Amino acid sequence: MEKSTLLILVLLLSIAAFYMGAQKARGIAGQSETRRLHSLPGFYGYYMALWAAMPALALIMVWFIAEGPIITAGAVAVLPPELTEAPPEQLSLMVNDIRNAVSGSSPGELDPAIRHAAERFLQLGHYSNTLLSILVLCINMGGALFAYKRIDINFRARNKVEKVLTLFLIACALVAIFTTVGIVLSVLIESLRFFQKVPVTEFLFGLKWSPQIAIRSDQVGSSGAFGSVPLITGTLLISMVAMVVAVPIGLLSAIYLSEYSGPKFRATAKPLLEILAGIPTVVYGFFAALVVTPFIRDLGARTGLDVSSESALAAGLVMGIMIIPFVSSLSDDFINAVPQALRDGAYALGATQSETIRQVVMPAALPGVVGGILLAVSRAIGETMIVVMAAGLGANLTFNPLEAVTTVTTQIVTLLVGDQEFDSPKTLAAFALGLLLFLLTLALNIIALRIVRKYREQYE
Amino acid sequence: MNNEVPQSTDHQRVVDLVIAGLPKRRRAEKRFRAYGLISIIAGLLFLVLLFSSIISKGYTAFIYTNVALDITYDAEKIDPEGTRKPDSLANGDYDALWKASLFRLFPDVTDRQKKRTLSAFMGSSAGQRLRDRVLSKPELIGATETLWLPVDDNIDMLAKGRLGQEDEFSERLKDSQAWLKILQGKGLVRKSLNTEFFTNGDSREPDAAGIWGAVIGSAFTLLVTISLSLPIGIAAAIYLEEFAPRNRWTDLIEVNINNLAAVPSIVFGLLGLAVFINLFGFPRSSPLVGGLVLTLMTLPVIIIAGRSALKSVPPSVREAALGVGASSVQMVFDHVLPLAMPGMLTGAIIGLARALGESAPLLMIGMVAFIVDVPTSMSSPSTVLPVQIYLWADSPERAFTERTSAAILVLLAFLIVMNGLAVYLRKRYERRW
Repeated sequence: MEKSTLLILVLLLSIAAFYMGAQKARGIAGQSETRRLHSLPGFYGYYMALWAAMPALALIMVWFIAEGPIITAGAVAVLPPELTEAPPEQLSLMVNDIRNAVSGSSPGELDPAIRHAAERFLQLGHYSNTLLSILVLCINMGGALFAYKRIDINFRARNKVEKVLTLFLIACALVAIFTTVGIVLSVLIESLRFFQKVPVTEFLFGLKWSPQIAIRSDQVGSSGAFGSVPLITGTLLISMVAMVVAVPIGLLSAIYLSEYSGPKFRATAKPLLEILAGIPTVVYGFFAALVVTPFIRDLGARTGLDVSSESALAAGLVMGIMIIPFVSSLSDDFINAVPQALRDGAYALGATQSETIRQVVMPAALPGVVGGILLAVSRAIGETMIVVMAAGLGANLTFNPLEAVTTVTTQIVTLLVGDQEFDSPKTLAAFALGLLLFLLTLALNIIALRIVRKYREQYE
Repeated sequence: MNNEVPQSTDHQRVVDLVIAGLPKRRRAEKRFRAYGLISIIAGLLFLVLLFSSIISKGYTAFIYTNVALDITYDAEKIDPEGTRKPDSLANGDYDALWKASLFRLFPDVTDRQKKRTLSAFMGSSAGQRLRDRVLSKPELIGATETLWLPVDDNIDMLAKGRLGQEDEFSERLKDSQAWLKILQGKGLVRKSLNTEFFTNGDSREPDAAGIWGAVIGSAFTLLVTISLSLPIGIAAAIYLEEFAPRNRWTDLIEVNINNLAAVPSIVFGLLGLAVFINLFGFPRSSPLVGGLVLTLMTLPVIIIAGRSALKSVPPSVREAALGVGASSVQMVFDHVLPLAMPGMLTGAIIGLARALGESAPLLMIGMVAFIVDVPTSMSSPSTVLPVQIYLWADSPERAFTERTSAAILVLLAFLIVMNGLAVYLRKRYERRW
């Protein structure tokens, strides 16, 4: 039986178990006497359904993860020994061939050994599915039977069900922790492998980035350079341009919306501005590449400036537009959090509205606004699609926004998209850059969140 | 008494000073106000510019130029073996049919160069359409009929006036332009809805490229994301808000979730590549892995929104439930959750809308491959709408610019529907306590 059918069958059987459990509980209690039961009849049903479903589902899950490698190993085992002694890269290619042969998508004639292995693969898969179906159905029925026997007038079904439910809730909350651990481990392990090939100091302080690894060792320029400094300066340059656009516009519009505008204007302008945050970044990237970049290049040509065709200015400008609502809605929150008493005090002293805002409200809201801006910087640094589509690929160590620079995220994408061999420093470099990016944004986020949190408590 | 006089003059002087300064301060006030208004207008202007440039570039992709041709189903060309079997019919030279028809229309084209130009007049799907027709109705062979067939994408661009000034055209384009005008004069050209754009998968040829494959890929991916992130996110929110004891562990989880919400999306892609693909061996480029990555990415958004929705349910509801004898689990699931659900769903839909528009992490797990077939399952290689946009944006052909913009319009339409749903939910079910 296929796993999806099996899954549906298990779920159907569990639903049946629910009704059986509830029915039995009602039967024990007698006609309309459910009051005598410890729990509501439904809880007995849930109890039985849980026993029917959970062990079976757990088995399916374990099987799903473990089955692939075991079957592959079984298929590889029937390959003639001279093939299996090949180096690991070739072996993985062969495994790929087998998989393709299994799915029937391999082009051309097949090696008989590969075909034999593919047949073996299919056969093992068939065995595995049959075995799984039998086991799962046994466990499903067995669990249900076990629970059915335990149902009794004094059985505390509700407590058991609630216990399971609470455990499920805790497990879900822990997913966040696992995600973080997963991120850290996955980028860290690959980065460590990268740092075995390229020294950390070269990665952190090297001024040259050209990850071209030659295919043959005698090729010209065979050693790539993995200095991340030009990438970081490029990222910071584009983020800076973005902030130069986003901070004044975002901040001033937040001030206008929260201090000056009437409720009607605010109710239309604020959601409209927030549309900017909901537009997918790939759309911004397209807009940058199609409209803004040529516009800036033409503008440069007309004014006699030498503007690169993929200037940092264009990418930064569009990124800034994207971040405007981010800055404005965060600042809005903090400006609104400043107590009205402070404003009233300033007005009583004769300050105009703008003086109040500049000299009383803004200083009071400043820590929060700074935290918000830091969060925006972190978002700009991690932004990918705009720079992939509108910024350059060549690593340039420059602070001139009219030149083309590349960013950390652009390089991660170019290193990992397309054909890749998993152990080359090129691929591993992407993970090292990922680690760098993660740590950089993490530091910014922690500082920003701390400032924001502290500030929020201040006026509460 | 005496010392009051200097005081009053002092006072007088201060007032004078204030009055003298007032115009300046009023101007500053006005200026400041204007800055704010200008900023908002600038932001809205960007929005208008963005939408107008994409709409103006993209709306033409929804229509396509067709030409009416008299097609004679010449048995010699499409069935040289004369067997009339589907196998041999499928290999016939169907492009030759419309080429012959065009040469009949323009008998004066004899120059080899020009003939070649004319042979590129119709699109790659014209021949395909003829083949499908013959395969489904073999009795057509030998007959003649008039059919509306799609032109080549360059000719389509020409007909839509997207190729700029006529005097800058190459020789070939000038020829094509002249033929197009003749055909238009005869009433043989019409524009019709470009159904292939909606029903086809990706293609190297702009005129055969469609978004259906990407739409289905997006749907599969989003299905995985919804079915995982919604229950997990809501459950995590419930635990953290209602059951978790306040201790270092829950603090850690909270800080974690806030941090994850701000981690760059591309890092989630790296996680997906290292864990789901390389460690677990899940199929590359599949909606399954894409959905898992997007689940991890949207979870923090859903959890944060869910918690604030739970927070807004007043404690009196909880106390009342506990007072009539509900257990704390019953209290949460039977009384608090139904009241918080609309708010939770609103947050979830906004998070899912963001997942639908996300592309960077999906590039990492190989969903950028060029995939012609429409995906059929959770594990078949596929791409999603935003990544399709990225791929087309990179293509050099003129016609792909138009298609990219049109695909963006479709994506934005989906997003507007989702966000509209969220706004509707909020408006309909929002309660102030």
